[in-house]
Amino acid sequence: MENVTKRFGKVVANNAINLELREGEILSLLGENGSGKTTLMNMLSGIYFPDEGQIYIHGEPVTIASPKDAFAHGIGMIHQHFKLVDLFTATENIVLGLGGKLDLADAGKKVKEICDRYGFDIDPNQKIYDMSVSQKQTVEIVKVLYRGADILILDEPTAVLTPQETDKLFAIMRNMKADGKSLIIITHKLHEVLDVSDRVAVLRKGEYIGDVATKDADQQSLTDMMVGHTVTLNINRPEPKNVEKRLVIEGLTAYDELGVKRLDDVSFTVNAGEVLGIAGVAGSGQRELLESIAGLYPVASGSVKFYPPEGEQPRELVGLDPMKIRKSGISMSFVPEDRLGMGLVGSMGMTGNMMLRSWRNGKGLFLNRKDPEALANRIWEELGVVTPSTSFPVRRMSGGNVQKVLVGREIAQSPAVLMTAYAVRGLDINTSYTIYNLLTEQKMRGVAVVYVGEDLDVLLELCDRIVVLCGGQVSGVVDARRTDKREVGALMTLVRGGGKNE
Amino acid sequence: MNKKQSLFHIAKRDALPWHKAALIRGGAIVLALIVCAIVTTLLTGENPIKVYSTILYGAFGTSRKSWVTFHNLAILLGISLAVTPAFKMRFWNIGAEGQVLIGCLATAACMICLGNKVPSGLLIVIMVIAAVAAGALWGFLPGIFKAKWNTNETLFTLMMNYIATQLAAFFIIVWEVPKGSGKIGIINANSEAGWLPVLGGQRYLLPILLVAILTGLMYIYLNYSKHGYEIAVVGESQRTASYAGIKVERVIVRTMVLSGAICGLIGLLLTAGTDHTLTTTIVGGRGFTAVMVSWMAKFNPIMMIFTSLLIVVLSRGASEISSVFGLNHSFADILTGIILFFIIGSEFFITYKVSLRKGKKEA
Repeated sequence: MENVTKRFGKVVANNAINLELREGEILSLLGENGSGKTTLMNMLSGIYFPDEGQIYIHGEPVTIASPKDAFAHGIGMIHQHFKLVDLFTATENIVLGLGGKLDLADAGKKVKEICDRYGFDIDPNQKIYDMSVSQKQTVEIVKVLYRGADILILDEPTAVLTPQETDKLFAIMRNMKADGKSLIIITHKLHEVLDVSDRVAVLRKGEYIGDVATKDADQQSLTDMMVGHTVTLNINRPEPKNVEKRLVIEGLTAYDELGVKRLDDVSFTVNAGEVLGIAGVAGSGQRELLESIAGLYPVASGSVKFYPPEGEQPRELVGLDPMKIRKSGISMSFVPEDRLGMGLVGSMGMTGNMMLRSWRNGKGLFLNRKDPEALANRIWEELGVVTPSTSFPVRRMSGGNVQKVLVGREIAQSPAVLMTAYAVRGLDINTSYTIYNLLTEQKMRGVAVVYVGEDLDVLLELCDRIVVLCGGQVSGVVDARRTDKREVGALMTLVRGGGKNE
Repeated sequence: MNKKQSLFHIAKRDALPWHKAALIRGGAIVLALIVCAIVTTLLTGENPIKVYSTILYGAFGTSRKSWVTFHNLAILLGISLAVTPAFKMRFWNIGAEGQVLIGCLATAACMICLGNKVPSGLLIVIMVIAAVAAGALWGFLPGIFKAKWNTNETLFTLMMNYIATQLAAFFIIVWEVPKGSGKIGIINANSEAGWLPVLGGQRYLLPILLVAILTGLMYIYLNYSKHGYEIAVVGESQRTASYAGIKVERVIVRTMVLSGAICGLIGLLLTAGTDHTLTTTIVGGRGFTAVMVSWMAKFNPIMMIFTSLLIVVLSRGASEISSVFGLNHSFADILTGIILFFIIGSEFFITYKVSLRKGKKEA
């Protein structure tokens, strides 16, 4: 790829990137969230079209205007979100969309052959809905190979995998490499980069920083390249004061629409004046846990008791919807994972979004716009939100600004409990620190802060205690000051890895 | 150099200042008129200027023509206002046709069955209640099914149209006058019982005034009321709505009842206000045209005055040119089609910036 540039509106997602992929190598594409990794790969796989620049394959200039073109050039991408038809078998999904005569028996044979060659472990006739996440991912990879790809792009393939599954995937990747395929893996987990790849290319804020051979790199040097300066992740963590229990969760169990158990007998306590971290592999029940507490997820059994700061009788939250919780005078703020899909209204400006919390205030039929407007202006100023006006649709703001609006609004409710899910996902280092500081500030004001995070380093430095979730169960509660990454990491995989071996 | 490189580059625009957007829209209309003129000259040999002036004459030529035009405008605008809250909620209600018709049917039923039994004032009150209730029911059913079981509202509302048409057809036979004609004729022609009062000697005036008031109310409802806010949030994301404590199911049902109720009211204006009869085609497709009016105005009630005016003038003018120039009625449809094509197409240029790809790649 040469001088490839892609802009979205005024935002330059990729600026004149030069990237080279050699035959039979595994290249890691490394960068923080929002540094343009996925955009770049989407151009290679025909989802976006570059504004400028040229892509060459085997020295030939090519145009990739659609995923079909990409396949014609032997490029296949495995996306973070699988694109499979649940009701079809593996083979049916693999041949879906291909031209020519449909011969499933023949296709099944070919699929089997590919599986044997690289060591994939799937049954071509199994339906997708019966498969685990890792099997689904395998189907995606086989699908790409079936189409004759010799350049494979994997977009954060390990985010949804357990360590064991990750190891298996890496073994397969090495097999493919031995077979002469070229692979690009997008990830931001440094140890994986060092483990599997031959070369590392680093992006930062849409710019290509450079590449190094993996054998010459270590975690520190890669971090420095990624962030642009030497980082000492040092979050101010004052000792908690006036700790008292605020939320007591006992035996919380919940099922999703399909009847799969998402929360299994979860019990822990959230204290005021503390930051409680929640760690776990993606999809271990973090979302369900927070939504259950907020009254947004159906709870099968268990209780969530709120102990008011005024020392009144504890109140049961299970069975209340968000409106009832608010009406009963419990001030609980929630920064959900899906910012624009749940926490904010994308098409509205800051003012309209402030109203999400206050629209019901005031008597009569009409909305009170003045107070939300004032609040919007205050957040705009205090948190330095970059936006042309308070009526500019938040959907068009950058991720960091969107999050400032959301966090700002939730903190402005002066909550007794503040729950955040992946509060810094996709944010640059500076904004992330702004958020950390805001959370710590809330903690010192006696708010019970819940921080669901994915970065263990941050969890260990920001939180006072960490609850580790694994497969919907609490696999451990640890003191963040006395534990280390290894212990938390082991807890994260405790249940899933070896059954119930607590 | 590869051949497949596309010639144009399309990028999403940032917010466009309103005057530029207006310029693009205005330009689209001018272009549309020019293209229409060329098509007219090529196909018919008529002078396009004359054709245009005939269209305007057809719409506003005499005071009677103007009154009819404004009345048509009022009815179309009224239905458009009715479907708009549902659309803002991303509830694709294409059942306005049936909701209006069922309102007409309820009105006619009251006029026929109670015509000479209750005093006129009371009768009109009963008619209003019946028409609004009937329309509301036609909105409530798809609403509750969507809210509870997530049925497809587009199919549901469409099917409800056919039920309304069949019901109307059935009762027309029940009430037909004279027997065997298959028509109802003018209801209460002698007693005028249940006819809406004629204001200032102009029977079109009352519906026009009512819809004018409705337009203002709807604008306020959508933009300044709590309900309007709830509708906007539900339309954007149901998850955000429940996060904010909005009861999504209730908002869906309530909004559809409102949508249907206004349709029912328009049905009353048709049957009791001007037509004084019931036919299965009394709504005349305006329930569907309203969808377009509402969309073209981007769900803004004030803008809808202009979009419905455009469509009404074109269709009124169409009948005029077909009789004056002896052109087939379809010719007017061709012109309408061209104009709408340009107006809707202009939205693309407002949202996206299109530029020519510059030359070859530099190394």
